[in-house]
Amino acid sequence: MPITYTSGEQVEVYRFSIPITIGVPLLALFVQAFVPLKFPRFAVFIDLPLLVTIFFAMARRNPISGLLTGAVIGLAQDMLGHNQIGIYGIAKTVVGYGASSLGVKLDVENAGARLLVTLGFYLVHSAVYFTVARGLVNMPQTWSWGHGLLAGLANAVLGVALYFVLDKFKQRT
Amino acid sequence: MESVLGRYRNLIILVGVLFLQVLGLATQVKRGGNDAENTRLIRIWVVGTITPFERGLVWVQNGTGNLWHNYFYLRGVRAENRQLKAQIEHMRLEQVRLSEDAAQARRLQTLLAFKEQFISRTVAAQVIGSSGSDLSRIVYIDKGENTGLKRDMAVITADGIVGKVLLVYPSVSQVLLISDQSSGVGAILEKTRLQGVLRGTPSGEVVLERVMSDEQVPLGETVLTSGGDQIFPKGLPVGTVTRVGNGKDLFLNIKIKPAANLSKLEEVLVLVEKQERQATAEDNVRVRAADILAQRLPSVPDKPATDTKATQGTLDGSAKPAAANAGSKPTGAATTPQASKNPTGTGNVHNAPVAGQTGKATDLTPAVQKPTGASGGTTTGSKPAPTQPKPTSAPPKASKPPSIQPSSTQPAPPQSNPQPPADESSPN
Repeated sequence: MPITYTSGEQVEVYRFSIPITIGVPLLALFVQAFVPLKFPRFAVFIDLPLLVTIFFAMARRNPISGLLTGAVIGLAQDMLGHNQIGIYGIAKTVVGYGASSLGVKLDVENAGARLLVTLGFYLVHSAVYFTVARGLVNMPQTWSWGHGLLAGLANAVLGVALYFVLDKFKQRT
Repeated sequence: MESVLGRYRNLIILVGVLFLQVLGLATQVKRGGNDAENTRLIRIWVVGTITPFERGLVWVQNGTGNLWHNYFYLRGVRAENRQLKAQIEHMRLEQVRLSEDAAQARRLQTLLAFKEQFISRTVAAQVIGSSGSDLSRIVYIDKGENTGLKRDMAVITADGIVGKVLLVYPSVSQVLLISDQSSGVGAILEKTRLQGVLRGTPSGEVVLERVMSDEQVPLGETVLTSGGDQIFPKGLPVGTVTRVGNGKDLFLNIKIKPAANLSKLEEVLVLVEKQERQATAEDNVRVRAADILAQRLPSVPDKPATDTKATQGTLDGSAKPAAANAGSKPTGAATTPQASKNPTGTGNVHNAPVAGQTGKATDLTPAVQKPTGASGGTTTGSKPAPTQPKPTSAPPKASKPPSIQPSSTQPAPPQSNPQPPADESSPN
């Protein structure tokens, strides 16, 4: 299915219950922190909070809601680490804004579109993180296109499956 | 104006949120670089929300695993038991050798008035979570302030060092792994004694920095902690050298494979208390190599009763007083043929020379390891006991076997056991 251009009136806008709104991001953070203990490569390739940010932003199709969701999830992810708080926050704010803005204009309900959108936003997220970490915080960072594309693809594949599950919790407005 | 604000409302909010976060970042950077302590109060909310679930899941996981391993899956336990017993035997022999080396090292440390660091208390902790990011290599453990943990305490496993405590919360702590790029550990190469700084890289590798490029560093060499960072005690295993290359600014780039498996940590030890005290030679005599060997010879008869009076007489004129280490001194019975089989009083005849050959008692205690000097009257201890009568030049008494004549104090013939030559021993 191709990505189709739709008007703002044509697209569906969804909302989520409060338990889902709070619980899903928390679960994503929990899994992201716990699974690497058993599968160390998980943290290298997969960013579940990012996938959740993209999903909520695209489903709500509200840029403000999207960027705030991204900011909150990103800041929470920063707090679990030991680096400065705000690096993930900024990256996910940008992604949340971008995904929700894209959701307004494009039909991102089908698997193919979701795959491409997730891959693209993973790269955007990595680029923003790299820029902020290196430019603002002066953290030594290395950029690798190979790793970025591979991890982006892995996230995109996982994202498509995850979005399919999370679609069940959508509520029409 | 209103229409402009309304039209660009989303963009303005985006810029505002980004600006706030950039401001927050700048504040943190200005305050103290990478110091997570400043933001502890903010972090505690997320950590306090996530870690109880992690702790619960680890508990359930361990409970299930224990049930399976302890009650259902016992295949191969006997074979493993046999294997472990063999390993214990092997390690006992190794311990004999190492205890000699350790004793010698302690004596030297005493002479040099060295300060030794001892790990006096550790707390075992379970790893319950991670940061979930490959850019922040930390783990969470299930012990915190309530257990007495503090910032900058060393975290180790049986294999080697793991990291240090970075942030402490009431019931959990954040541990910075040595593979993180903000980590730094003082390290020393075991054989070449070259010192450097152990650091993590963005890709999670561990490298040893600050070793000059004109030094030779062999592959496979063991790296230990140097103690220079004031966090890790000296001598803990760090890892092995896996690659040596040229780095920046005339320094080598040495890649290290950590001794501890940092990617699969389950239980760790936190060094809660270290003690520093001056080395004393007395410490090493409590367990003697001969005693360890004696444990492996259950058929050897017990120590016979010694006649100290007679013994005292036999030694006159042949040996000086022994060392002040009372616990390790051989009895005077060592000079009798009977006692020469049991010079240490532990039932050990493993290395005792037959009386009449050398006339010397074999005592593997460090205090009597010195090779004999010239002829007769060699002092075997490091200090003469003040209460001990000085050896006299009186002729040997009738009870004294000829083997203890001064002329017989030749070094013992080489033995299969790699231990120092037997020395002449003397009682207090």
